[in-house]
Amino acid sequence: MSVLVWAGVMVIGGAGSVLRFYVDGIVASASGRDFPYGTLVVNLSGAVLLGLITGLAVTGDTALLAGTAAVGSYTTFSTWMLESQRLTEERQYRKALLNVVVSLVFGVAAAALGRLIGVHL
Amino acid sequence: MPEPAPSSTFTASGLAGASASGAPPPPGMARLVLPRADGRTIAAIFVGGALGTLARAALAEAFPGSATSWPWPTFAVNIVAAFLLGYFVTRLQERLPLSSYRRPLLGTGVCGGLSTFSTMQVEILKMISAGDWGLAAGYTAASVAGGYAAIHLATGLVRRARVRR
Repeated sequence: MSVLVWAGVMVIGGAGSVLRFYVDGIVASASGRDFPYGTLVVNLSGAVLLGLITGLAVTGDTALLAGTAAVGSYTTFSTWMLESQRLTEERQYRKALLNVVVSLVFGVAAAALGRLIGVHL
Repeated sequence: MPEPAPSSTFTASGLAGASASGAPPPPGMARLVLPRADGRTIAAIFVGGALGTLARAALAEAFPGSATSWPWPTFAVNIVAAFLLGYFVTRLQERLPLSSYRRPLLGTGVCGGLSTFSTMQVEILKMISAGDWGLAAGYTAASVAGGYAAIHLATGLVRRARVRR
């Protein structure tokens, strides 16, 4: 594992985070502020991509850079949880539950879809 | 008396701090607007994201697991990142004066880069594919309950500290 690979992890991780910021912002501007669609779109699209990478069966540095660094940094668990918790603070229990359940169900489905595509490529 | 939580607005990066696009679009009008962010904000997200990703990747490489083992690296970074995000966002939103780079750096960058949703979903998918439904259900439930509890706890800690002051 070379220094260059870890430098790559950092650069790609930084870029993935900036991309998340933009995608989230664009989706939020279009969908309004009632529901955290931005994070949902980021996380579901990331799940498809990581499923795809898994289906392609890449290993080693490629998997580290494309999967762990790029897609891993693009998606976020912490913001998803924060937005769900803040919704319950506002007594929006239905929305909070919906945010958790939809992310989980469609997240696994998105990963499965990506993997299916990757296996057949 | 603890003040009510400010109503959260799901703007750029959820709670990134940088103002997204100014005024919300009029109802019924969906418009794609690029979030307005200066170079400093983007640089802060980039640096924070690089550090968070490095920590997560190092852990993942150091402790590789199998499809049917508990994914400790992912579980740990997600719960820790949730706690940190709850702490940072509550503190920066309700305690400290407005800052242009702290939230992008610590929230969107470090916590966002440290935590991951996609890896968790692929891990759950692999558990299901391996037929280990119990592990998949346990891991999912523990992640959501742990992440939620971490945010709740961190938020409470910050608010309690302020009330005592």
